[in-house]
Amino acid sequence: MLLQRILLGLLTLFAITLIIFLGVSMLPGDAAEAILGQAATPETVAALRKQLGLDLPAHTRYLTWLGNILQGDFGVSIGNGREINEVLGTRLYNTIFLAAFAACIAVPLAVILGILAALYRNSFYDRSVNIVTLSSISTPEFFVAYILLLLVSVKAGWLPSLSNVRVDTTFAEHLEKTLLPALVLTLVSMAHMMRMTRAALINLLSNAYIEMATLKGLKRFRVIIHHALPNAWAPIVNVIVLNLAYLIVGVIVVEVVFVYPGLGQYLVDAVQRRDMPVVQACCLIFAATYVLLNLIADVLSILTNPRLLHPK
Amino acid sequence: MNTDHGQYLLEMNDLHIEGFSDGQWHEIVKGFNLELKRGEVLGLIGESGAGKSTIGIAAMGFCKAGCRIKAGRIRFDGIELTDASEETKRKLRGSRIAYVAQSAAAAFNPAHKLIDQFSESVIQHGVGTREEAYADARDLYAKIKMPEPDTIGFRYPHQVSGGQLQRAMTAMALSCRPDLIIFDEPTTALDVTTQIEVLATIRDIVDYFNTSAIYISHDLAVVAQMADKIVVLRYGELIEEAETRQMLADPKENYTKSLWAVRTFKKLSVPRSTHSEPVLRVNDITARYPKATQPVLIDVNFEIHRGETVAIVGESGSGKSTAARVITGLLSPQEGSVEFEGQTLPSDCGNRSLEQLKKIQMIYQMPDTAVNPRHRIRKIVGRPLSFYLGLEGSEKQQRLNELMEMIEMDPKQFLDRYPGELSGGQKQRICIARALAADPGFIICDEITSALDQLVAEGILRLLDRLQQELGLAYMFITHDLATVRAIADRVIVMLDGRIVEQGPKLEVLTPPHHEYTELLLSSVPEMNPDWMDNIMAQRASQKGIQAAGN
Amino acid sequence: MRLITADKISLSADRLSRAYQLLTEAPLSAKFGIIVIAVYIFVALFAPWVAPFGESEIVGRKFQPWDDQFFLGTDHLGRDMLTRIVFGARNTVGIALLTTILAFVLGGVLGILAAVVGGWVDQLLSRIVDVFMAIPALIFAMLLLSIFGTSIVNLIVIMSVIDATRIFRIARAVSMNVVVMDYIEAARVRGEKLPWIIVQEILPNISAPLAAEFGLRFCFVFLTISALSFLGLGIQPPIADWGSMVRQTAVLITFDDYTPLIPAAAIALLTVAVNFVIDWFLHKTSGLKDEH
Repeated sequence: MLLQRILLGLLTLFAITLIIFLGVSMLPGDAAEAILGQAATPETVAALRKQLGLDLPAHTRYLTWLGNILQGDFGVSIGNGREINEVLGTRLYNTIFLAAFAACIAVPLAVILGILAALYRNSFYDRSVNIVTLSSISTPEFFVAYILLLLVSVKAGWLPSLSNVRVDTTFAEHLEKTLLPALVLTLVSMAHMMRMTRAALINLLSNAYIEMATLKGLKRFRVIIHHALPNAWAPIVNVIVLNLAYLIVGVIVVEVVFVYPGLGQYLVDAVQRRDMPVVQACCLIFAATYVLLNLIADVLSILTNPRLLHPK
Repeated sequence: MNTDHGQYLLEMNDLHIEGFSDGQWHEIVKGFNLELKRGEVLGLIGESGAGKSTIGIAAMGFCKAGCRIKAGRIRFDGIELTDASEETKRKLRGSRIAYVAQSAAAAFNPAHKLIDQFSESVIQHGVGTREEAYADARDLYAKIKMPEPDTIGFRYPHQVSGGQLQRAMTAMALSCRPDLIIFDEPTTALDVTTQIEVLATIRDIVDYFNTSAIYISHDLAVVAQMADKIVVLRYGELIEEAETRQMLADPKENYTKSLWAVRTFKKLSVPRSTHSEPVLRVNDITARYPKATQPVLIDVNFEIHRGETVAIVGESGSGKSTAARVITGLLSPQEGSVEFEGQTLPSDCGNRSLEQLKKIQMIYQMPDTAVNPRHRIRKIVGRPLSFYLGLEGSEKQQRLNELMEMIEMDPKQFLDRYPGELSGGQKQRICIARALAADPGFIICDEITSALDQLVAEGILRLLDRLQQELGLAYMFITHDLATVRAIADRVIVMLDGRIVEQGPKLEVLTPPHHEYTELLLSSVPEMNPDWMDNIMAQRASQKGIQAAGN
Repeated sequence: MRLITADKISLSADRLSRAYQLLTEAPLSAKFGIIVIAVYIFVALFAPWVAPFGESEIVGRKFQPWDDQFFLGTDHLGRDMLTRIVFGARNTVGIALLTTILAFVLGGVLGILAAVVGGWVDQLLSRIVDVFMAIPALIFAMLLLSIFGTSIVNLIVIMSVIDATRIFRIARAVSMNVVVMDYIEAARVRGEKLPWIIVQEILPNISAPLAAEFGLRFCFVFLTISALSFLGLGIQPPIADWGSMVRQTAVLITFDDYTPLIPAAAIALLTVAVNFVIDWFLHKTSGLKDEH
């Protein structure tokens, strides 16, 4: 079961590399033409093509490309001819920094508020949570971002409106500069997480064994902690991990709003310039993170399922 | 603690309980009264929707979500539960009033060991320590003859069989030695041969500890074994109340009498004439589901003649429903063939001609899921008419009217309704009309009465019997209920683990000597006799004794 | 014949009055949602008459402030913001709606087919969809847009294909719930062909959840396209579009000017409205009776 799921995850990753590679090789023209531009003669193009290995058949090129990536070599950017690896490291670090920062605020808050909504179901609190989270889910990230930017940064002047971090930025400074984008991400992702937590818990509380626990005369606190919680790990972990995956994507728009030098900004620039090696690299990293997080969610829920934990 | 606060352990006075549905409150329990003495077992009996579970659970001062106690009093051992604080009621639950649910598999928490769930009430209510509770659990498990009583408690719920789990739940209810236990249909989900073991356990243990109990069930024969006193409920109202023996011997109310009468229906059995040709013949069928390694049917052979009812009996997993799937062509067998009127049918229903398809019709267990909720009755019954017979317009209308008359429903009133507006029994009649519309020679009835209340079920059986006489239909009745078999079958086929263990005319199969499994199956079906279980258990014990002596 | 038509008329009149009754009973949030959606539809349909200027007409200086002539000021090229907002209702919503419809036809048909036919067809489609869904929609869209280029047609096709995978999952799941019902088995044993089973037996039973899903998918597509436009990868100039308008006027925010918030709010308001209506619709149709 577990092994099966992990294998499936790896297979999915493999399929994604295929899609990304094949998609790009469907492009008219190739990297050699793109690098040399319009001034190129057929001879120079052919020479560069040979140098880049573009004259080889597609499957050999795919295997070389995959092999290089596995060794951490993402190739050369067409835009500036530099090694993608040089930029990728810091960009990735910045993005993970921002996403992790947001997650640290959003996850505990959302899970607790979601659990409360489920426990006090149909109360005034629960109904307001429903309205607020519904609205917040329906709001584009940049709307929340600009409102916060206007209020916190422009009007109040508490935080910088640009998150221009550099390599030499200290950790504390980094925190300060990313606080605003992290808050935006928190607001945007929390609604999803709260709704999913609430739904998962309500589903759980409708089980017959919860009613049985109540009818055994247990205190409500004990019913929740001892009977609901051990069975709640799988759904809650699932919610958290799925939202981390969601954060990874949401980060793109927020990075652009705050001009934050992360992977998302890098990808957006590359797409605009159609710098395919960079697009490939960024998409692969985003997709791989997403797949891995989903894999972790499934693995954890398999591991916490008592039926699988204690086989017959 | 057990000082007597009065004559009764539990009293209910003019209890009214409401449930919320379709935007308003409906009364589920309408002015119910009850008195229960210490050590007494009360049987609460009624059809679905009678409010018996609601009353049972109200005895713990509890209401399910969406229900509320509107008026009345519930007094347990001198404590007024309707006025009591949540905390007072909580302290009573589990320690002095315990609950045994219908499905033990759902009511046990999958994350904890049986013995920990057993000892939880003991520890939480401060009745004893963990060690004491563990020791007590082992004793109780031994007393109710669970296998490996010392270690079985350390298993998780999904590692134990359904019958054992239900018994473990009974033991769990006793962990604090309560004064009262509510049994809420504890054997409904079990096969008959398992049911009898659970019933025996419950009775032994209730007797042993002299615990009071409320035993809720829709099955009269079961309640007759368990209860000292029986209360009959209908639509939330008390119909009749009496001592068990008196109630069985001499029911006063018409409704009660009609409940009793259900099991009196018997078809006039016609012996098969020696030279008649079979309508359906099943030849050496061996079948298994895709991806399964074990076959569900092994070398199955039988035939069904015109105008004959053949009942296929067996417990869950015996392969009786699979036989139906093979005959209708939903599952292609690995070996063997199905012949209809001497013609071998293609094994996949997709390859059968319309003429072949229309001859074999099926009626399902759940009338709710057997008709499309978005189609009007006109369309449900009318589709086979236009599909098989090409009837349209006034001809179709004419035939629709006839079919509705056949199933004793008014065409004007019902043809333009949706299934959702019909009762379960009416829906099952519509399913019969749909089957008849195809003008079949043979109908498979798959547990068609098990989702219905007894009275309604009997109506369906009588209807099918009449139709058989009028139209000369052959029926294959798949059922686990031997009362139905006794009522309607001409021949009986007994199945176990995918094989036919015995088949023959009803009288032959149902009268001794039996095949060993048939014997077990037959003897496990509760009878309307309060002494039945005592006799059967004594009989089984002595047989074991003889066997042991023989060895 | 005449009788039947009379019947039908009274039936539809009956439905209308029931729909009206349903509306009056709706909670405040749903009423709000319905009104907002109605206003958007009106503005989108009658944009040229509602808007004070032409869609891409340059009528003033760059970034003029809000005044009597330019109610919401002008954009980075000197076009009237209010006019652009009005036309945006037509373009942004129209493109999202078209994309959702395409996605629904594609994903819905395949999803129902997978559920009904089962076997290798189901396996193949489901595995392909699994892989597609393993890539976040926005990322996938960016990958494909950079491969095929950022034209409107490409955008619509790419987004509808990506979204079709999500709809496939839903359509397959809800159909599966129906396919296991005995009445489907009964239809199969009766010898009914695939079109009847799908159209007559399954569709009527899954129309309610699919309708709700349509609303949700529309919101998702609308937000994703807006995000892409905001990033400069979606709807391209000179077409008036809310996402790109936010991007074009974004600099103003640092000067304490609300202009960029207006198109963003226009997006948010519509999705909130749609979500409110769906929330109510789901409550109504799923028979959730947990209010008390």
